[in-house]
Amino acid sequence: MKNKLLMLACGIMAMSNAYAKETITIATVNNGDMITMKELSNEFTSQHPDIDLKWVTLEENILRQRVTTDVATKGGQYDVMTIGTYEVPIWGKQNWLTELDNLGENYDLDDLLPAIRSGLTINDKLYAAPFYGESSMVMYRTDLMEKAGLTMPKAPTWNFIRKAAKAMNDTKEGVFGLCLRGKAGWGENVALITSMANSFGARWFDENWKPQFNTPEWENTLQYYVDVMKESGPAGSSANGFNENLALFQTGKCGIWIDATVAGAFVTNKKDSEVADKVGFALAPDNGLGKRGNWLWSWTLAIPSSSKKQDAAMKFISWATSKEYSQLVADKKGWAKVPPGTRKSLYNNPKYMEAAPFAQITLDSIQTADPKNPTVKPVPYVGIQFVAIPEFQGIGTAVGQQFSAALTGQMTVKEALNSSQRLVERTMRKARYPK
Amino acid sequence: MTIKDSRRSKLIYTIAAWTISGMIFFPILWTLITSFKTESEAISATPALFAFEWTLENYSDVLSRSPYFNHFWNSVVISLGSSLLGLLIAVPAAWSMAFVQTKKTKHLLMWMLSTKMLPPVGVLIPIYLLFRDFGLLDTKLGLVIVMTLINLPIMVWMLYTYFREIPNEILEASRMDGATIGEEIFHVLLPIALPGIASTLLLNVILSWNEAFWTLILTAANAAPLTAFIASYSSPEGLFYAKLSAASAMAIVPILILGWFSQKQLVRGLSFGAVK
Repeated sequence: MKNKLLMLACGIMAMSNAYAKETITIATVNNGDMITMKELSNEFTSQHPDIDLKWVTLEENILRQRVTTDVATKGGQYDVMTIGTYEVPIWGKQNWLTELDNLGENYDLDDLLPAIRSGLTINDKLYAAPFYGESSMVMYRTDLMEKAGLTMPKAPTWNFIRKAAKAMNDTKEGVFGLCLRGKAGWGENVALITSMANSFGARWFDENWKPQFNTPEWENTLQYYVDVMKESGPAGSSANGFNENLALFQTGKCGIWIDATVAGAFVTNKKDSEVADKVGFALAPDNGLGKRGNWLWSWTLAIPSSSKKQDAAMKFISWATSKEYSQLVADKKGWAKVPPGTRKSLYNNPKYMEAAPFAQITLDSIQTADPKNPTVKPVPYVGIQFVAIPEFQGIGTAVGQQFSAALTGQMTVKEALNSSQRLVERTMRKARYPK
Repeated sequence: MTIKDSRRSKLIYTIAAWTISGMIFFPILWTLITSFKTESEAISATPALFAFEWTLENYSDVLSRSPYFNHFWNSVVISLGSSLLGLLIAVPAAWSMAFVQTKKTKHLLMWMLSTKMLPPVGVLIPIYLLFRDFGLLDTKLGLVIVMTLINLPIMVWMLYTYFREIPNEILEASRMDGATIGEEIFHVLLPIALPGIASTLLLNVILSWNEAFWTLILTAANAAPLTAFIASYSSPEGLFYAKLSAASAMAIVPILILGWFSQKQLVRGLSFGAVK
């Protein structure tokens, strides 16, 4: 009888424990670092047996559409959201996100890279924790550069890139001198060309929110882009985004590729890259105007204010973006797989610096990026490769289509810029800027 | 026409049919083949059709990383549930429109069809808010309701077309024999229109299975069907084409098998009344 009572008591206790367990739903993208986080999340649940995790992994654009709908309507489907530096300032101002003010004593907020942290902070309040950060850089084939009789400087100019791309271009061998994004989209060709434009002295808007596409700086930028791609770019480059160019570079078809620093880990991975031991890195090019053509982005974890499990979500974010998590990834997967671009301590770690040949360039690129002063002239907006206003997704995609049309020759550079000017003016007028 | 000419035209038609079928099927075949490649072979600049090292690694990765069977079960419940619920509503609706017509019937049919012309994103926010307020977000019941409503115009139209081919006299005779409306529909109309009803059901199962707007927007972790499973393998930064192909193959194979076994029924139903 006693045994039966004991079993009953145990059963009730187990049931009450199971009842007390909280399940948080995490929405994320299918990038390599997030997959690793999901794989290692058992470590978190073993440390926090009262918390269960449910994962929703989606393609970036679908995820953006879904979490935007949910957060705007206070649907409460997600407790942790993976969002980018574009969303954080907009959503934070709308009070759609919870301030991350309880990340724990050992979190060490001051260890976050200032450039990354400032993009996630509104009025001194942190609204998202960076999971990984990236800028953009030059990746090039050292063997082809040597064959061309050239040496890549650590900080090249756009003129040098054009010259080197032309010299490395060998269509008979199926090698294209330069691979750049051409696929239309605010996160695709617009990210690259806007960053380029900053180094040419162009800007999206003047201080009064007047679109600036009809300026010589934009014409120089787009003309350079179209010309250099015609000279040394791959066929059909208007369909190429990050992944397409990654595939071309990894299979030895690109001499130079300018794109996200996160690609450094992919192109030097011997398992997937045919050119892993022939890759060099340099800072994004400039034009001598004091700004380089590198962007700044980070994938961050944030809590929507509609979440009913804020404490559990905060604990998870604290774990996934901590120094301890970096150490865990290093122990289980190796230092090269640690999410880059968020913490100073990672770049002070000799083991990481040795394992990741692109680490110093990544750090330098991130540290020189300034979202509040992205270009040569003053601007009224925040953001380097984007403009952090809600209208940007729409106008960015529309402008990207004009740039893509200029690349394919459907439009001249002037026509594409005039068309961009008109459509951005129309949207800004409707949205009643300046506000 | 001579026998020789007839053979020649038959040969030409056969070649044309095989060529068109091959073109339609090739992307599916390519997806299936890619699913057995390594990621580096999947992005190779000189892709091999068969001469590569075949591997099941992608399938084991996908199965270990995602709860495939949960997604599969959700797809089954949503597509079958919405198709059956749709039939329950569409059969009486189509019956009344086919056999008890009024002056407004044609307008009503056109209005129903016109709802399909609206881009779904146009009603995204109202639907989302309704789902939130009724607690239907991320539930299979919610998706069954939405899928039913989305496909209802097509179901009614298809059934209406089939029913119009059935002579009214047969139904009148049953009424004269004292059949109620229910008996008329279930014992007289349905047996005659069974091929049409079966093809309507199958087509709607396929449409619901492949629907990838509402199923992605209205679900999170619990009710997500196979469309969400596929979407989870598409990456903005990283090459996972082989895994994406494996996930796609696992999502489409069940519906391909269903289509294969039911193709006679489907073709019979779709051509019902088309040839007199």
